[in-house]
Amino acid sequence: MGEFSRPTQLEEALQCMKQGSWRILAGGTDFYPAQGDRPISESLLDLTAIPELRGITRENSGWRIGGLTTWTDVIEARLPAAFDGLKAAAREVGSIQIQNCGTLAGNICNASPAADGVPPLLTLNAEVELASPNGTRRLSLADFITGVRKTACRPDELVSALLIPEVLPESRSSFLKLGARRYLVISIAMVAVMITPDAQGKIAEARVSVGSCSPVAQRLKGLEESLIGRAAKSGLSEAVTSGHVAGLAPINDTRGTADYRTDIAAELVRRALELAVASIGEAGSA
Amino acid sequence: MNVVLSFSLNGEPTRLEAPPAERLTKLLRERLGKTGTKVGCDAGDCGACTVLIDGEPVCACMVASAQVEGRAVTTIEGLAANGALSRLQQSMLHHGAAQCGICTPGIIVSAAALLEKTPKPSEEDVKDALGGVLCRCTGYRKIISAVMEASDFSTTPLRSNSGAAVGARLNRVDGEAKVRGTEIFGADTGLEESLLIRVIRSPHHRAAFTLGDLESYAASHPGVEAVLTAEDVPGRNLFGVIPPFADQPVFAEGETRFRGEAVAAVVGTPAAIEALDLLDFPIEWQVLPHSLTPDEALETSAPQLHKNRPGNRMASGQVRCGDIDSGFGEAAAMVEGSFSTGYIEHAYIEPEAGIARRIDDRLEIEVCTQAPYMNRDEIAAILNIAPEQVRVIPTAVGGGFGSKLDLSTHPFLAIAAWRLGRPVRIVYTRSESMASTTKRHPSQITAKIAATRDGKLCAMKFDGIFNTGAYASWGPTVANRVPVHASGPYRIPNYEAVAQGIHTNGPVSGAFRGFGVPQSAVAQESLFDELADELAIDRLEFRIINALENGVPTVTGQVFEQGCGAKKCLEALRSRWRNARDKAAAFNADPKNAGRKRGVGLSGLWYGCGNTSLPNPSTIQVGLKADGRLVLFNGAVDIGQGANTVIAQICADAVGLPVEAMDFVNDDTDLTSDAGKTSASRQTFISGKAAFLAGENLREKLLRFANVSSDARLWLDGDHLVADDDDGSHRIALSGLESDGEGFVAMGEGTFDPPTSPLDENGQGEPYAAYGYGAQMMELEVDEALGTVKLIKLTAVHDVGRAINPTLIEGQIEGGSAQGIGLALMEEFIPGRSENLHDYLIPTIGDIPQIESVVLEEPDPHGPYGAKGLGEHVLVATAPAILNAIRDATGASIRNLPATPDKVHAALRAREKKQVSNGSG
Repeated sequence: MGEFSRPTQLEEALQCMKQGSWRILAGGTDFYPAQGDRPISESLLDLTAIPELRGITRENSGWRIGGLTTWTDVIEARLPAAFDGLKAAAREVGSIQIQNCGTLAGNICNASPAADGVPPLLTLNAEVELASPNGTRRLSLADFITGVRKTACRPDELVSALLIPEVLPESRSSFLKLGARRYLVISIAMVAVMITPDAQGKIAEARVSVGSCSPVAQRLKGLEESLIGRAAKSGLSEAVTSGHVAGLAPINDTRGTADYRTDIAAELVRRALELAVASIGEAGSA
Repeated sequence: MNVVLSFSLNGEPTRLEAPPAERLTKLLRERLGKTGTKVGCDAGDCGACTVLIDGEPVCACMVASAQVEGRAVTTIEGLAANGALSRLQQSMLHHGAAQCGICTPGIIVSAAALLEKTPKPSEEDVKDALGGVLCRCTGYRKIISAVMEASDFSTTPLRSNSGAAVGARLNRVDGEAKVRGTEIFGADTGLEESLLIRVIRSPHHRAAFTLGDLESYAASHPGVEAVLTAEDVPGRNLFGVIPPFADQPVFAEGETRFRGEAVAAVVGTPAAIEALDLLDFPIEWQVLPHSLTPDEALETSAPQLHKNRPGNRMASGQVRCGDIDSGFGEAAAMVEGSFSTGYIEHAYIEPEAGIARRIDDRLEIEVCTQAPYMNRDEIAAILNIAPEQVRVIPTAVGGGFGSKLDLSTHPFLAIAAWRLGRPVRIVYTRSESMASTTKRHPSQITAKIAATRDGKLCAMKFDGIFNTGAYASWGPTVANRVPVHASGPYRIPNYEAVAQGIHTNGPVSGAFRGFGVPQSAVAQESLFDELADELAIDRLEFRIINALENGVPTVTGQVFEQGCGAKKCLEALRSRWRNARDKAAAFNADPKNAGRKRGVGLSGLWYGCGNTSLPNPSTIQVGLKADGRLVLFNGAVDIGQGANTVIAQICADAVGLPVEAMDFVNDDTDLTSDAGKTSASRQTFISGKAAFLAGENLREKLLRFANVSSDARLWLDGDHLVADDDDGSHRIALSGLESDGEGFVAMGEGTFDPPTSPLDENGQGEPYAAYGYGAQMMELEVDEALGTVKLIKLTAVHDVGRAINPTLIEGQIEGGSAQGIGLALMEEFIPGRSENLHDYLIPTIGDIPQIESVVLEEPDPHGPYGAKGLGEHVLVATAPAILNAIRDATGASIRNLPATPDKVHAALRAREKKQVSNGSG
């Protein structure tokens, strides 16, 4: 194999990246399965000994999810209700074994159309912080994932954090994933929702995203706009029409047909909306 | 490039040099000897390799060794403090929660982490904690109970008194090694001294190939000792489980017939072999046209797979009785339909593995296998040596379900060890296992069934096309077994069933729990519901009206005077069926459940125990040594189902001494007699009977020593045999008796070959000495908008003749049903697309409903203590019961399995359209 480096500081990792080409190793939950029984020929830069990259911290204008933060870290963190959808997605990732190792950053770098983290992160308006020896830059998550297993991450960059802009205490979120079995399953379709009601209980902002139904998970902007001003309460799902999911581009694969995905995407959106508004009005749940 | 690692392993400070990116599984297993951590997939899909790092479960296959630096690693070996089993391990053993034992370490380690935080977990807690560990044997229910009850588990293992083992819930005699993780499977042995083998396989469904310069390839890879191809096969480059049908080359010559077929093997030092990228192997492929379905293969232009089987027709079987035309003429109602099922992968968690060594002019091979004697003979032919020159020593088998009857790793091991004279080892990768080994036959079935006004079946016609893949394997067996069973356990006076096996360029279809019968039952039991509905007769009563019972002929004309429990199994469901239907109706009538529909589905089943109309003997020995220990020589391979325990229980009672007095010599072709293969649900019935006869034989001798009557009670007191009868207690010093060279004072032997008769040209005869019977009922809920199915409860009634060990019986019922659930709802192997355990889905712990086992005992006149087989029976009824329940709930019929959410959804939409068009005109 090539070299193996396990720095203990981000700066050290970035210096390392100046020389040669490195494959980033973090949770290993995508790297090792893809490796199969072939010998490892690449040089690996293992980030897992860099404590500063792990964990979720409150920042002035939002939240910082370090590049090594695992799904379990998300589940265990005390976060506002706006993160409930992300937490629900974290619990649906593979298994406890995978949640304990796999990272959110790795999930978006792998850029699978069925990446569990992407729909809820899209509803959180997540940004991706990319660090390189030449500095850092930020991209919106939508701009970061450019296609099936394609990202805007350059060879000399690593994802140092996901940045979540300020969330409001009254925002509510949900996540639904449909698979052909319980646990250890790649989704056939999934939906994340965030609803922010105003003081009168009308929807001030709605964010809805659908995964596994297009090359990259996408927001349903048309639906989001049509929800604004509606009462944030049970029955909201009646606003969803098949036209709202017409922009998806699902494929036929072993997990389900394209027609099926289109049909159930709308249904999952309805249910995720109902789930999100069900907790509105629950006292002190923020 | 190695680094020095320091970490704590099971509480011990550990320091060693290792490559930093090496998978932690390899570090633990190969550098530190902790082989309790199993490798099932190398991809995080099965959880068998679960270890704790700082108390948290992770898949060791996805952890870089460097990442454990400074941390605490706990493996299964670390859980038995000071050598004593933990409460969790005791609870697992007691509940029979470990069957084959390959997933057990992953289950126990994951559960230990849960119990550390949550000593009294709920069922949901257990499911969430164990959702990442796949088990293919148990159906998970006993695992759930074992974990929930672990924290305050305390009981001493049940001991069997003399003569009271049969019927007792004894712990598995081999269970402790499984819960400790010390059981030795195929991949756990020979790690230090062996050369390693890797196989080069075809990436195409059909291709011609030209091998490049193999000598220079070997020369340019130091450490590669040999490259083996067809030219290196000392004997016949051909194998197959049914000798007249042997057609599969060890290494293909010129052309490969399926994706995954072997063309060459590379043998060398582990370091050299692991450094190879097999894509660099010098071979040129020329892709050729292929057919993957029988429809394609039956076209006149289709590639012909085997010269001696024109039209790609491998074999067919048929059963005819009565007059089918006049039978249909009597019909008041008739239904027909076409059904299909896909390739099903066995998905045992242990990929094939083993070792071999040459000892002078003999070959010794230790592999996971279900059929050591058959393997021995096939290997001998490949090596061109006498069968006696081959010794097959089965390792523990990490799940078999039929596929480990066939040769897999064996030829490569045998040829390499024979040629090189050095010990060799092979471990299949998950994808290699899935691509290259046998599958359940895909089926296309058309059936037509009719009944008279009073609900009596009057005629059935059945046509089954089975995709047998590139080579014959057990295809002929499926073709013969299906027509016999396609009637289900019912009286059908006018009957015609034909099953054909057709070659394609798909994977080899072989034996898989049920040999085609689960597929035929889907068609027959689905149509039974439709027929009952046409006649407006209750679906259960319709089955009861027609069920076989003693004195009623089967479709092959066989009449059982004793032991036919088919009708009683169905009758046992009567009140349960009514209650379940009432509950479902109440649920469906409640407006708050709109969009969700509950339903109840039924299926009967039968399954013949042992080979179809072929000799099928087993021989077992048991001896008493001068030191007062019994030794059971048992060649019936335990693949997790519990044969080691069941046969010991039967034999012990036949002798009249306790199981605890018994030591075991298991499955070794040098040491144990041929007890046949572990297939066709025959080990309890046939080898069990042989064990009974062996026990009786020994008992007679012991009674003679003591000169007591046959009803004397025997017991052992150290090295004394004590016999109590009406005359009092007789004490015999065993050391005073003459013993043979191995210390035996007496030896008993028993052989049993079940009485069958050949089938005539119409399939009439007595194919099996016994059938087992059953009936299952599934309650479930369908989400009509999503097409998802939630299973609520399975009630499984099985006539086992005699429950030798009720815990093991329940284990078979739960585990077999779980495979039926997979068949019904999620499993389909697609060559080239699902050669892993994340695209090929088997049920997880979250997919199995509550299972109520109801065990009936209609003693069989031949079976030991009346016992019949059970292992395969269970699976037969589950899928039809699910499909019938979906139809009951929604009116939608699913005829092409699996009933994945998209198919259920499509069937629901089709039903709605039908309703609309019916409504409009």
